[in-house]
Amino acid sequence: MAATAPAVERVRPPWRESRVRRFVRVHWYAYAMLVPVTVVMLVLVGYPLARGVFLSLTDADARNVGNRFLPASYQFVGLKNYTELLTGREGNFYPVLARTVVWTGVNVLFHYAVGLGLALMLHRSLRGRTVYRILLLVPWAVPTYVAAFGWRYMFNGDYGLFNQVLQGLGMAPRAWLNGPVSAFVAVIMVNVWLGVPFMMVAMLGGLQSINQDLYEAAEVDGASPFQRFRHITLPGLRSVSSTVILLGTIWTFNMFNVIYLITRGGPYNSTSILVTHAYIKFFDQRDFAVSATYGVLILSLLLVFATAYRRVTRSDKEVWA
Amino acid sequence: MTGARGRKRPPHRSVLLHGALLAASAIAVLPVLWVLLTSLKPRSATLSDHLELFHNPSLAAYREVLTGNDGLFLRWFLNSTVIALLTTVIGVFLAATGGYAFSRYRFPGYRPMLGGFLVTQMFPGIILIVPLFNILTNLRLVNTHIGLVVVYCTIAVPFCTMMLKGYFDTIPIELEEAARVDGLSPFGSFWRIVIPLSVPGIAVTAFYSFLTAWNEFLLANILMTGDANKTLPVGINGYVDQFRQDWDLLTAAAVLIMIPALGFFYWAQRYLVTGLTAGGTKY
Repeated sequence: MAATAPAVERVRPPWRESRVRRFVRVHWYAYAMLVPVTVVMLVLVGYPLARGVFLSLTDADARNVGNRFLPASYQFVGLKNYTELLTGREGNFYPVLARTVVWTGVNVLFHYAVGLGLALMLHRSLRGRTVYRILLLVPWAVPTYVAAFGWRYMFNGDYGLFNQVLQGLGMAPRAWLNGPVSAFVAVIMVNVWLGVPFMMVAMLGGLQSINQDLYEAAEVDGASPFQRFRHITLPGLRSVSSTVILLGTIWTFNMFNVIYLITRGGPYNSTSILVTHAYIKFFDQRDFAVSATYGVLILSLLLVFATAYRRVTRSDKEVWA
Repeated sequence: MTGARGRKRPPHRSVLLHGALLAASAIAVLPVLWVLLTSLKPRSATLSDHLELFHNPSLAAYREVLTGNDGLFLRWFLNSTVIALLTTVIGVFLAATGGYAFSRYRFPGYRPMLGGFLVTQMFPGIILIVPLFNILTNLRLVNTHIGLVVVYCTIAVPFCTMMLKGYFDTIPIELEEAARVDGLSPFGSFWRIVIPLSVPGIAVTAFYSFLTAWNEFLLANILMTGDANKTLPVGINGYVDQFRQDWDLLTAAAVLIMIPALGFFYWAQRYLVTGLTAGGTKY
């Protein structure tokens, strides 16, 4: 990693230059390279974010938000939307939050455990390893919404694959997506299926970066396979793991496609998580202010989580930029 | 490479290992296979409660998807392809320049900017929708390809920038110093030295950007209105709702959509492990 700026230093000119000129000379290239990405992010993320926070402090909805013909007429209401949600008066916030936490925790746990398990198996010398690897990557390659439709079809109560199999075995079919619990389990299964390959690939890369001599040395010293796993593999994977678990948590927390396209958050709102709930507020109920409030709360929660997470992993002397 | 380090594995362990991998692979491809098999059935058979793999297989559903509805599906396909490819090209360009600056330079604002990139990963799209819709309306970009491309870049670029930063970190700076001594400009050494050495990292970011755009439903559903402007996810969502159960059309469309994604994936996957680990592990 380059530790000093700039990497390729020019010879300092013999004349004395002003602070500003020196600043520009030293850093112009870095900033020039950053201009395109920064402009795009500021215009399309920074500004909308500020607007979104502002909208969450108003009572904007479809009637008063304004359009080409009508000026906006929504009012500033201060923190009203937040107090409504956080005191539970709006009703749905805490149950949906709890469900989101369960959803995220279970998914990431399975992603990580299954991904690591498969990576460990694929990391051996093994006949057909390339074929296995390609097949196992399929869920990642398939567009998420295609997978969501495929699973929704297989879970269908009247003609889905699972019920066809059950009936073939002489058992009673089930309406998988109509029961609150079975529907939630179903969407979790689909999301686990989707997320494992990313973890597997990340873990495979992590395994390859572990120095093989360590294993040989441990074997010479008589370490059991479990001890080698516990004391070489796991510590060697820690830095990859901490990164992908953080990313996985954020992605899963905000995972929209799977739930929305399979159950639309139903039945009776029993599978919706914060993002899908906010989306339904926006799209079906046109309550822009409350939807923006949910958005701000989601972002705040993730920020708090990420900060705490980074603090914990950093205390393990992790390399974070 | 070898966990077993050349030693012969006892046969029962081999059976277990292959058994587990076979089971996992079967689960991984099951939905895809089922979609493929369903797409070959007539509509009546897609709505039967009886399990069968084939039922008078034909390509009728494909014919209807491709030619029915005045070729609307092809229109959606074109929309999605143009949008995904543009997102890939622009996204990789933005991420490469930004990632290079983060990798090679320490400048005032380095930490806040890097932190800002991580924060954008946490954005639920929902918080941006209303304002984005207003901005795109004011710029007259609603219902245009470029509007959606720009929006997708904001989703894809932060992750790609971090990935490429990590990848560039692994390229020895001495190579560039040598090139600079030989008279290459800063941009020249970036373009001629670093980029060619970063193909695996770039492949992964290209892949990620492409999939981001190819997969996105939420924003496309709002920002593209009118049948002819839809992208694939939004378009085929209409095949199955409370009034229609055209699973034959949906699955046939799904197969047609998977082909480019799988092709792109097959090309990118050889770089996946190297590209992802070099980039993903250390930011």
